[in-house]
Amino acid sequence: MTPLLGAVKITTEYYLAVGALMFTIGAVGLLIRRNTLIMFMCVELMLNAVNLTFVAFAKRLNDAHGQAIVFFTLVVAAAEVAVGLAIIVAIFRRRQGVTADDVDLLKG
Amino acid sequence: MLALFTQPIDAARMIAVPKIDWLAIGPPVVLFTAALAIVLLASLLRGRSLQHDLDDWVVLCAFAGPIEFWLGRFSAIRYNHDVFSIIVMLAGIGSVAFAMGVSIVRKHTFAASLVIALAGVISAVAITVAQWNVVRTSGSFTSMAGAVAVDGMAVFVMGVVLVATVFGLLLGTSWIRREQLEGPEFLALLLLCATGMLVMASANDLIVVFVALEVFSIALYVMTAFDRHRIESQEAGLKYFLLGAFSSAIFLYGVALTYGATGSTNLVTIRESLTGLVGGDNGLLMVGFALMLVGLGFKVAAAPFHMWTPDVYQGAPTPVTAFMAGATKVAAFGALLRIFVGSFDLLQTDWRPAVYGLAIVSMIVGSVAAIVQTDVKRMLAYSSIAHAGYVLIGVQVATESNGGLGGTSAALFYLGIYMLMAVGAFAVIQVVGRARETDSSLDDYKGLARKEPVLAGLLTLFLLAQAGVPLTAGFVAKLTVFKAAVDAGQFQIALIGMLSATVAAFVYLRIVLSMYSGDEHGSATPVEGNRLTVDLPVRITISLTAALVLLFGVVPGWLLDVAEHATSILAG
Amino acid sequence: MDALDVLDLIWLVPTLPAIGAVVLLLFGKRIGEPKSGYLATSLMALSFLGSVAAFFALGSLGSEERHHVYNWFTWISSIGKNSDFTVSFGFLADPLSITMILFVTGISTLIHLYAIGYMARDPRFSRFFAYLNLFAASMLVLVLGSSFLMTFMGWEGVGLCSYLLISFWFERNSAAVAGKKAFVTNRVGDFGFMIAMFLIFSKLGSLDYATALPAAPGLSQGTITAIALLLFVGAMGKSAQFPLHIWLPDAMEGPTPVSALIHAATMVTAGVFLVSRAHVFFDLGGSANDVVAWIGAITALGAATIAIRQNDIKRVLAYSTLSQLGYMFLAVGVGSYSAALFHMVTHAFFKALLFLGAGSVIHGMHHEQDMRRMGGLKRAMPITAGTFIIGWLAIAGVPPFAGFWSKDEILAKAWFSDVAGGKALWAIGLVAALLTAFYMSRQVWLVFFGNARYDSEGDHAVNPHESPMTMVLPLVVLSGLSIVGGFLSLPFTSPNLEFLVRWLEPSLEGASHIEASSFGLGFALSVGAIVIGITGIAIGRRVYSGGLAEDGTDPVETRLAGFGKVLENAYYIDAGIAKAVSGPLTGAANFLTDTVDRRLIDGAVNGTGRAFKELGGGLRRVQTGRVRSYALGIMLGAVALLGWFATRVDF
Repeated sequence: MTPLLGAVKITTEYYLAVGALMFTIGAVGLLIRRNTLIMFMCVELMLNAVNLTFVAFAKRLNDAHGQAIVFFTLVVAAAEVAVGLAIIVAIFRRRQGVTADDVDLLKG
Repeated sequence: MLALFTQPIDAARMIAVPKIDWLAIGPPVVLFTAALAIVLLASLLRGRSLQHDLDDWVVLCAFAGPIEFWLGRFSAIRYNHDVFSIIVMLAGIGSVAFAMGVSIVRKHTFAASLVIALAGVISAVAITVAQWNVVRTSGSFTSMAGAVAVDGMAVFVMGVVLVATVFGLLLGTSWIRREQLEGPEFLALLLLCATGMLVMASANDLIVVFVALEVFSIALYVMTAFDRHRIESQEAGLKYFLLGAFSSAIFLYGVALTYGATGSTNLVTIRESLTGLVGGDNGLLMVGFALMLVGLGFKVAAAPFHMWTPDVYQGAPTPVTAFMAGATKVAAFGALLRIFVGSFDLLQTDWRPAVYGLAIVSMIVGSVAAIVQTDVKRMLAYSSIAHAGYVLIGVQVATESNGGLGGTSAALFYLGIYMLMAVGAFAVIQVVGRARETDSSLDDYKGLARKEPVLAGLLTLFLLAQAGVPLTAGFVAKLTVFKAAVDAGQFQIALIGMLSATVAAFVYLRIVLSMYSGDEHGSATPVEGNRLTVDLPVRITISLTAALVLLFGVVPGWLLDVAEHATSILAG
Repeated sequence: MDALDVLDLIWLVPTLPAIGAVVLLLFGKRIGEPKSGYLATSLMALSFLGSVAAFFALGSLGSEERHHVYNWFTWISSIGKNSDFTVSFGFLADPLSITMILFVTGISTLIHLYAIGYMARDPRFSRFFAYLNLFAASMLVLVLGSSFLMTFMGWEGVGLCSYLLISFWFERNSAAVAGKKAFVTNRVGDFGFMIAMFLIFSKLGSLDYATALPAAPGLSQGTITAIALLLFVGAMGKSAQFPLHIWLPDAMEGPTPVSALIHAATMVTAGVFLVSRAHVFFDLGGSANDVVAWIGAITALGAATIAIRQNDIKRVLAYSTLSQLGYMFLAVGVGSYSAALFHMVTHAFFKALLFLGAGSVIHGMHHEQDMRRMGGLKRAMPITAGTFIIGWLAIAGVPPFAGFWSKDEILAKAWFSDVAGGKALWAIGLVAALLTAFYMSRQVWLVFFGNARYDSEGDHAVNPHESPMTMVLPLVVLSGLSIVGGFLSLPFTSPNLEFLVRWLEPSLEGASHIEASSFGLGFALSVGAIVIGITGIAIGRRVYSGGLAEDGTDPVETRLAGFGKVLENAYYIDAGIAKAVSGPLTGAANFLTDTVDRRLIDGAVNGTGRAFKELGGGLRRVQTGRVRSYALGIMLGAVALLGWFATRVDF
């Protein structure tokens, strides 16, 4: 490990912690934000947190599999964006708004 | 598949091109090709085409032709290419080609797409039959650098998914025609979705599981929101999408942590590495377990991750609901079994109580919440949660050394039977729902028995089967699951299961009584006019599922036998 | 063909009505009325002939060999690799099951025939016969099944048919409600049966009667008692024993042939059958027997009390059925299965007769069921009246009619049994017998004698008339059976004239034999029973011979009008008993009907229902329809799972 910032030695644990933090921020964001688009961005944030975790583990394990997985995740996330935006836009056309809480016809 | 990209960095060798094992990946490849062909065809024929023209004989040719061909093919192999088999094969090809040709000449895009789709799915079924024979005679095998496993369970799950896909195509056809929607796209999406599920069934690597999960989920989101006439459909699509993406992300994080803990995503490798890990530092792995269980629990609609289920089942177009109930559950349970029972059976003391808890909560929530519902689709959605609970019983006893195999085969058997019961019930619901699916409340079913005695009778059969009444397949399914639990000495959960089944029976009875009671005005006179239309595809679906539900109720031996031989999980 | 070949054809017995059900369900409308009725009836008759053949075939075997299992096919092959658990779709022919199918098919045939007349011009005529046939098929599977699972299958089948038939006239809301009530109550019983099955299976590894029952003595005492009690819970639901009895009176909403066939003669006796079939658990079950006997006694007495105050002609009979079923369980409880089965058979004869007679009255009175608006019908309906009177004498325990012999046998067995409290059970049975004679006499006088209280003129005139031939014929046959049915088994002539007891012996092997300690005492008890029966009739005649008062008040209610006159009368004793009986009894009847039945038990059933609904409603409120609350649900679930797995981390 290369010493950075003086005495602090950045190990993979730091990356993992950042990843966990990002993941939590994403999850909590999804719970507290009402705008569908932002909720969706929170999901993307969670996926990227996982990517960071994978890379960190790949480095720690000295195994390239973890890095390759990131590409799969990115592709999947891109597909999800395409489909998700289409659905959100379809709803937007009907309702003139993307507030998640307004969408509650189906319940009980 | 991964190894293709990721040879170890330090040993910079030449990348070896893996040999593609067509038998192993045949079914998803065939489906994917069919989906592409449909998209291509639709884009070529678009414009002057009369989309929704579809003659019954085309449906028949498209349905019976491929079956004929493959039956001929198998008998040709067995009987040394005798003339009869060849003729049968040729007749199959001929009828498909004829239906296809006429449809293209008439520019009936939808008809042509349906021919392709059915030919693809039925061919995939034939390949799984071939796989089954190989697995039975020479054992399980892996392919694609260990990323794909072909074993008994994979083939069983693929078979169930493919049968559900056939029914989904037929129901979808009828629905598309009724609602005048974009047909070829729907069929292509259904095939893509099924492709994902097939990959999931044989995925032997956590990343392949994830990619497959996403492939079929994304297609399902679109299909759920497919009905642009109904705002409920779009709402269901949005909800399913947001929550599905959320749960997938959680699942993927679980995969990442498992990778970090074990150093691999390959399930066989993971299992081998566990022996050193038992009793060691397992914090990451435990968190990984929890997160993966959340993701898969969401897909199988187990409580407390079930809350999307009623909304989405109700809002989605009914053929999609039928497909979701029948196929998604079995594919996701396949992954659950493979990961937890196959790979992590050594750590069963850690995860089993969690699954046990999920099973109990699912059974209770599913049957209790269904009592107060007034919408039939919603009732069945809740009941599907309870059914997930019963399957989970099987999953959690699967690692029990005493009667363990009973657990896996009971779960698989239950899933197969549930697919039939659910598809049949939703098929009737689709017909009763009428155009725009307006009629799905309990009141709409009043007096159905007088107006449509056959439909009402068949729905009664499917509901009784779901309730677990003897001589229907549902009874045998419940019996196998409870028996697996009792074999393992778990009386409590079998008791809770029976109690939940007792409560749930009341829910089904409500629907049945509603059908056999007077209509809204309490009159006993049959209402003439506006009869329901039951077209050929729906007719095929309902009669096949009903026949199978009865058949497996009376002589379940064959399917039980198959399920029993489907317990081989490669990793285990 | 030798006897075993004949017995191998036993599968035809349930299959024939099953075929009828399928044909009628599919093509019933096309076959139409009355042909579908004749089809159903003739298939039942064929089934009866088959049962007779089976009876003779079994009888031709030595008593040791009277146990023949015919496996039609393997229903469920082994589940799981490590077990050889298989369930055959098999039928067991032994004296018990043959007795059951004989009277089930016989009475079914008669009631099918009767229903052709009773259901005439009903818009769903053929559907009715489809259900009846389906019911008969299920009932036959229930009694013929060679394993608990087969019996359970029939058990569920008869239940299903019962709900369908109770709510057959679903246009009436009360019928739909009654169907639902029957379903809910029966589920409680079925649940007990299911748990019992699982216990048996897990402890003995088999559900086949042939393997499981002989192995039962090897179990621990606690297990046996638990199994016995759970089986009894199942029996209580189906046979409507206190406190699961509440569905049966309401079940009278169904058409009368249904009440006669299902809710009097056959299905409700399934509980007695189950207990007899699995008697080994009860023989060894210790205190389980006492529970059975006392529940039976409570039901016998309580239901008889309630019957006194009913005005609906069918509800009186319904409570009477409860009471008679109570007798059967009392007999089972003291260990005399043969007495219970004997009473089951005779009861099937006379109670079917009474119900069909009541149906004939209802038919002739244009669907009037209130006895207060009847009276003096014997002139208009002589055959119905005559046959009904035979049924009445039978149930009241007047010799030589059928009911006397079987009821007397039960009472005597209670007296002579060494069960603790046997004498008390006997006393309760005797009081119930008195009440039975009384309320049945009341019914007879209110319906057939005294003043006519219906409108015979005006716009809503009722012109009572005798019923058609198809309805009268079964009445005549059943009344014949009600007269001679008792000779199936003459008590305390052991063993020469106890035909039924001897016949049933191979099936009830190991059950205790209760012998009269002395012939004289047995005879004295019989005489006592006769006196009690006649006393009840005399009181009934005394109170009701004048019919009802002008304002329709019931004499029992006003504690016997003209009490002073009675004092001077020669019937002093009768009337005295009547007075003593009427006051507290009216109170007791009211208490039982209003408080115990309606508040307590209905309340408990409804309460359970409401609790589930509340729970469901709670879950419903959580389901807000908002994505974010669902995501929160997932998060909370995830946290719970993380919490569990955190405890599994080795630090």
